[in-house]
Amino acid sequence: MGKKLKVAWVTFACCEDSSILFLELMNDHFFEWKDKLDFKVCRILQKFHKLEDIDVAFIEGAIATKEDDHKVKQIRKASKKVVAIGACACTGMPSAQRNVFDDATKQEIVEVINRFGHLPKVQPLKEVIKVDYEVPGCPMDEKIFLQVLQACLKEFGIE
Amino acid sequence: MHDLPDIDINIKNISKIEGHANLEVTVRNGKVKSVKLKISEAKRFFTQGVRKKPCLATPQLVSRICGTCSIAHLTCANLAVENALGIKPSEQTIALRHLTLDALMIRDHMMHLFVFCLPDIYDVDSILELADKERWLVEAGLLVKGAGNELGKLVAGRSVHAPYPMVGGFLKVPTNEEARKMAHDLEHARESALEFVDIFNEHMPSFERKTNFIALDNGKYDFFGGELCSSEGYCIGNKNFRNHLRRVVMPYSQATAFEFEGKEYMVGALARMNNNSHSLHRRTKRDCVHVLSRFPSNNIYMNNLAQAVEIVHCMDRAIDTLQSFDFKPEKYTMPPVKAGKGTGVIEAPRGTLYYDIDVDDKGLIKYINLVIPTAQNHINIERDIAALVERKLKFPRRVIEAEIEQLIRAYDPCMSCATHFLKVKWGGEKPKDG
Repeated sequence: MGKKLKVAWVTFACCEDSSILFLELMNDHFFEWKDKLDFKVCRILQKFHKLEDIDVAFIEGAIATKEDDHKVKQIRKASKKVVAIGACACTGMPSAQRNVFDDATKQEIVEVINRFGHLPKVQPLKEVIKVDYEVPGCPMDEKIFLQVLQACLKEFGIE
Repeated sequence: MHDLPDIDINIKNISKIEGHANLEVTVRNGKVKSVKLKISEAKRFFTQGVRKKPCLATPQLVSRICGTCSIAHLTCANLAVENALGIKPSEQTIALRHLTLDALMIRDHMMHLFVFCLPDIYDVDSILELADKERWLVEAGLLVKGAGNELGKLVAGRSVHAPYPMVGGFLKVPTNEEARKMAHDLEHARESALEFVDIFNEHMPSFERKTNFIALDNGKYDFFGGELCSSEGYCIGNKNFRNHLRRVVMPYSQATAFEFEGKEYMVGALARMNNNSHSLHRRTKRDCVHVLSRFPSNNIYMNNLAQAVEIVHCMDRAIDTLQSFDFKPEKYTMPPVKAGKGTGVIEAPRGTLYYDIDVDDKGLIKYINLVIPTAQNHINIERDIAALVERKLKFPRRVIEAEIEQLIRAYDPCMSCATHFLKVKWGGEKPKDG
């Protein structure tokens, strides 16, 4: 068995549409990816979870809570490259829609914000950590994702 | 009474489900004191976010509530807006809508059965580990899931956040040639779908607890239309659903829960099969005859078998339509807007989904509220876990924890969806009506 790319697939505030699309891309790429990718973290596929020595972390979703903020910084520390996946990770929206609510609506949701440790504003990844690549789209653009994955495989010398 | 144990179970980030959830169970003196299923998805406030937005654009916005069942939200919101505006869609639009939901069921159920549940059956952590040992099975799973995905792409433009379905119509209609080819591809994948019926029929853990099952009944096992009926034998009109559901706020979760007529209940594939299996497609009934006698059932793991049968049913329905319907180009025009209130009710993959909307005279949303399947199952899941833990107290903790996760997974919960509701009234630490 050759060398594999050590990957993490993680989600924050989002609808996980790109995770679903990733599972749909597997319909065509399953046997190729099982030989090339070593999933260290991927809750949608497995219970096994080891957040250390990651080559590439694919992160879907925006940063909405204090816990998200803490976790995403840990992921950045453990990963050589970070790829922002989908609109919420790249731009914050639509998960960040509460940032632009009027005062009356903000008042309506303030108890949830306080009770569950939400941040004052929902943020795209690049405002919280360094992001190396972005795959935009709602859901992510499949072609760009495949190009970025290919580039990462090449960069880490995976044949 | 030293042999009655005290146990604290704490499962962080339950795996192989849609979205994020944690679980806490407290056992004292051999009795379950509390079960807290904490949905930790951060709320994204769609019900507030769509206010004052054009009602015709709202279905595409609320589709973003959930990736995997986005088509359910899109379809249900389209129905609610049509209901508010008094729009009657064409026969072709209705046919395309059925096909869109068939595609969703095939793809979404297969994700759950193949990606989330199959590892439990083969005692591995992930389908990646099955690639070498059970290659045929992986190929069969990918084929069925892929067929649902391709059907979704053909009729709806994409199987996640589909661009074609609109209020009152579809932006694009497949050609007869494309439809006939798709029917052929579905027929090819059908054999593999039947394999999964047998797999989930043979591997059937048992956990029984009596509950009430609720699903739409329309005599055809369609996923919209008809009346809401309960396994206890009574039906209510769709517009009255609000009078029968009671919201229960869970102070420890970012989601809410519901009771029907003051009691917990279950929605989803098992509820539909328990109440309506006599209405399945005739081919499905013929080829699944060996499993149909197992319904109705109070065993929650039968939800997996129910999903496997529904995949075959959706393929059979879709094949019929794709082979025989005469699809014609139909230009989409934006319908005129006016003030009105509307309701949409559909059977989403995980159960009955409700949308309530109120539109002003400019066509902007005044109010929207939705009731999500996973929120309706929440209390039932917690009570099942309590009963499971009490029955299994003598087993090692890792066995209990693995069984709890497997039981939660059988419900196919969707945490992205579950956090969406409108009113929040947090009253101290005790659950209160919202």
